[in-house]
Amino acid sequence: MKSDNRELGALAGAGIALGAAAVGAWLSTREKKHHPDSAPGWTQRRNFGDYEVVGRTVTIRKPRTELFAFWREFQNLPQFMENVEKITPKGSGGRAVWTIKAPAGQSVDIETEIAREEQDTLIAWRSVEGSDIDTEGRVTFEDAPGERGTRVSLLIAYKAPGGKVGQAIAKLFMREPEVQARHDLKRFKMLMETGEVSTSARRKDQTRAAQYQQENAR
Amino acid sequence: MKALTWHGKHDVRVDTVDDPEIVNSRDAIIKVTSTAICGSDLHLYDGVIPMVQSGDILGHEFMGEVVETGANSTLKKGQRVVVPFTISCGGCFHCNIKQYSCCENSNPAEKQDASATLYGHPMAGLFGYSHLTGGYSGGQAEYVRVPYSDFGPIVVPDHLDDEKVLFLSDILPTGWMGAENAEINPDDTVAVWGCGPVGLFAIQSAIVMGASKVIAIDHYPHRLELAKKLGADTINFRETDVREALMEMSGGIGVDAVIDAVGMEAHGFAYDNMMDMVKQTVGIGADRASALKQAILAVRPGGRVSIPGVYGGMTDKWPLGAMMEKGLQLRGGQTHVQRYTKDLLDKIEDGTLDTTFLISHRLPLTQAADGYKNFHDNQNEWTKVVLKPGMEA
Repeated sequence: MKSDNRELGALAGAGIALGAAAVGAWLSTREKKHHPDSAPGWTQRRNFGDYEVVGRTVTIRKPRTELFAFWREFQNLPQFMENVEKITPKGSGGRAVWTIKAPAGQSVDIETEIAREEQDTLIAWRSVEGSDIDTEGRVTFEDAPGERGTRVSLLIAYKAPGGKVGQAIAKLFMREPEVQARHDLKRFKMLMETGEVSTSARRKDQTRAAQYQQENAR
Repeated sequence: MKALTWHGKHDVRVDTVDDPEIVNSRDAIIKVTSTAICGSDLHLYDGVIPMVQSGDILGHEFMGEVVETGANSTLKKGQRVVVPFTISCGGCFHCNIKQYSCCENSNPAEKQDASATLYGHPMAGLFGYSHLTGGYSGGQAEYVRVPYSDFGPIVVPDHLDDEKVLFLSDILPTGWMGAENAEINPDDTVAVWGCGPVGLFAIQSAIVMGASKVIAIDHYPHRLELAKKLGADTINFRETDVREALMEMSGGIGVDAVIDAVGMEAHGFAYDNMMDMVKQTVGIGADRASALKQAILAVRPGGRVSIPGVYGGMTDKWPLGAMMEKGLQLRGGQTHVQRYTKDLLDKIEDGTLDTTFLISHRLPLTQAADGYKNFHDNQNEWTKVVLKPGMEA
């Protein structure tokens, strides 16, 4: 392959299959038809067919073993993923049920399995067959230069399901997915670097989590 | 508690609001003993900073007593602390290289998008300075929630009065960094636009750093008098052609470094400033940068341009050609306060720096709205206002 992007080139070269055929496009720069460059696939000026694709990278001043270990415990993710209420492991094979917040105190469950895992480097997951939402995600951890810590890239793709019910659910789930993913990754960085998630709330009952609970208690 | 809150252009009030609480584990609650109105607060007062919301508590220069601490705060109840106006986490890439005002974590994630859109990158969190910088409740209040209290606040010794150390929170390090960014050498002539508190501290800092001559530019006689007492030469731009005078006073070379301590609401009747004022008034969001433009023309080829004055938007008619053709270096930025606090505290303690000469008025917090009005309307006499929550009205 021609890509000289070390991060993504290596990943794409390793032949990671995340399920859907269209998926390669967000991983690889090979799909750029005219003038291949070094930028990650998800920064392309194009759409990804049925999929909504969100990709973001942050640098976190912590060793990648530590970051990987925190992420691999899926139950930790709701500490910074604001629209995820809880994640419950199912069995020992890496399956998990993600409970996603929805308006009026409702929630949506999505079951995922681990599609690929490389210790301290990569975790990829995807929704299991028959899920209401077809979603795949991947997080990679790469040493940053010098003492900068670790570059963490999060890639999430969703496919809008068919049918009225499915589309209603998708609408909840995909509400500003790009904004959600960007903010979640920032909150992950805050939690890892500072031990807490920044808030300008003057009182506990003014935090976003508290306000969400108050809204749904009505 | 009582706090000074913003309600619109030229409408600030002392309201009763909920007391702050410990929210995160590194927080502390400070009982404010002294807090000041900053020149940059007047930009909020004039409504030229976006994303201020009705009810926001203003104020970013404050100090006081620690009254409550979160589990991971290193402060102790009863300590006297001065709090930097820039909120810095101490753990990110930028904090690690001492660029504290570029902290990546202190502006809450959901608040970062606006400044990222405006500037390409999000700003750090600041106290009491709009939701662009996090929407944190400010220090013109009886109590303040201080995040990352184990990293920012500096404990001050009891024998130094509030008024001597309060300005470590912002304007003293801001003036100092303004002079540092001008890279002053002993033979240099340095010109400072604006003799407000930051300009006066920049003048004092430039003199301490050994500049051979510092020239202060303003139009308020009393403010120029304060600059003169510090040892500066002065130019009143209402009386004198500034650029011609600077050329003559620097022996025809031009000044070696210029410091813009004016910012986005420059006074003056130059044509470009009048046009920018009209745009600002109709909400086009242009910064009035006439002082800075004049400074860029006045500085000698190969000279340095330092910008501690606050800008928030765009400007046009920018003398880009002068910058390139004269080979200028330009530096600005919110102050990396935590980088300077300890050294400046030592300089206050040993008498190298005088921090009280510019205070003109002391008011109880309950009279803060009057303080804003006078600081805005009567700039000649009202040079710096310190608010004291505990003072009898």
